[in-house]
Amino acid sequence: MSKEEGIYPEDLKYTREHEWLAVQGNVGTVGITHYAQSELGDIVYVELPAVGTQVVGGEEFGTVESVKAVSEIFAPVSGEVVEINTALGSGPEQINGDPYGAGWLVKIKIADPKDLDGLLSSGAYRKYIEEEAN
Amino acid sequence: MTGAAGALRTTPLIDLHRELGARLVEFAGWQMPVQYGSILEEHQAVRQAAGLFDVSHMGEIEIRGGGALALVQRLTCNDAARLEPGAAQYSALTTAKGTFVDDILVYRRAREEFLLVVNAGNAGKAFAWIAGHAEGDVEVVDASARWAQLAVQGPRAAAIVQSMTAVDLGAIRGYHFAEGSIGGVGAILSRTGYTGEDGFEIYLPPEAAATVARQLLRAGAGAGLRPCGLGARDTLRLEAAMPLYGNDIDETTTVLEAGLSRIVRFEKGEFVGRGALVRQKEIGIPRQLCGFEMIDAGIPRHGYAIRVDGREAGTVTSGTLGPWVKQSIGMGYVPAGQARPGQHVQIVIREREAKAAIVPLPFYRRPR
Repeated sequence: MSKEEGIYPEDLKYTREHEWLAVQGNVGTVGITHYAQSELGDIVYVELPAVGTQVVGGEEFGTVESVKAVSEIFAPVSGEVVEINTALGSGPEQINGDPYGAGWLVKIKIADPKDLDGLLSSGAYRKYIEEEAN
Repeated sequence: MTGAAGALRTTPLIDLHRELGARLVEFAGWQMPVQYGSILEEHQAVRQAAGLFDVSHMGEIEIRGGGALALVQRLTCNDAARLEPGAAQYSALTTAKGTFVDDILVYRRAREEFLLVVNAGNAGKAFAWIAGHAEGDVEVVDASARWAQLAVQGPRAAAIVQSMTAVDLGAIRGYHFAEGSIGGVGAILSRTGYTGEDGFEIYLPPEAAATVARQLLRAGAGAGLRPCGLGARDTLRLEAAMPLYGNDIDETTTVLEAGLSRIVRFEKGEFVGRGALVRQKEIGIPRQLCGFEMIDAGIPRHGYAIRVDGREAGTVTSGTLGPWVKQSIGMGYVPAGQARPGQHVQIVIREREAKAAIVPLPFYRRPR
């Protein structure tokens, strides 16, 4: 795997607020991107919605805190939270160490697959980051 | 003082910061390193080994002449007459209301020569305040541009600094300093700091600062010395419950409300703000800065509301996850009657009340 692939995995969808979504059937796994965790620095606290919560695409549904900053997380799609990553309670640093794996945040049962059309591809997100950096 | 609008000032270490991969942020008009890598690791390095901080943004004001002591005594609340040459004290420049123009370090370099170290964000204001009160045989000089400052902090700091100087550092007690050579450069070596650890603050000419910093990093590499940014400096000082101007103290908070009665020496005689502080001592302070630990989950942050029994009682002035104490901690003002250890309060975090308890300060005290 090249370094770039590790930063912008091709099989994921992305938001401009730096969340990623991995779709499997009608369930989407959500996390924050490599770029987001790197900008935040050491993540020390995560606040997630309870299982069963209805989230709305584009709206805030949780919080990730680093030593210095509080950052809201936005739902990439609307739907019901069906699982949360409880391991982050005692190990929030997994978001820094493995943002696309062990650092996942929640799983959402996607209410309307049309929501996926509004998300960015790996290439488009990468371009967005590069433009933001300049 | 400042350059063109939007132009940030840089310290003599700016190239070194870039080489070391620092993340640079704006702080009080300066471009400063907030972190080089992980703030948590930088914090632990200072608690367990040592850290090197560039604090060249701090302001320095020199006061000298036959009237120097009288001026310092009139403008500060601590007793500068108790300082022998070679000694330093924490103090405050007080307003007529007994609030903070700034919190400062006062160094007595000679009987008639003082060096006041002020916060970067207050350097212009503090100089104007002091110069505006100067009269008689006294010279007040804004010497900020002539001093860079490096802080080496942590249990191994003294050994690292000692490896670069012939000055006997063992003879310098806390809040004392010596003037001597480090890496071949004339400097003030001060046993002070803002981290809760033993260590030295080194005042030296700006043109020599980067070279000495590089020598220190080399000399300390084997002992675990790491460059540390303002991020770790903030979490370290908060664990040690040292106030930060603009967060915990300012022109609206009195020295007594800030819990700093130890630096208010009424017996020394008149000083600006004395009357207001005497009155406040007699009738009692309305509120007090205290520390709290979270009981519920959550991290308190500057500006969050503090409630007691559901009623608004004050505001969080500083808060963080304490990387060493492994607790969510904070400071804030609460009504004096409720400022007792054990008192339960609620911190409003994103519209939810999270339980916390007032605790004695500091959160961290170094082992001796």
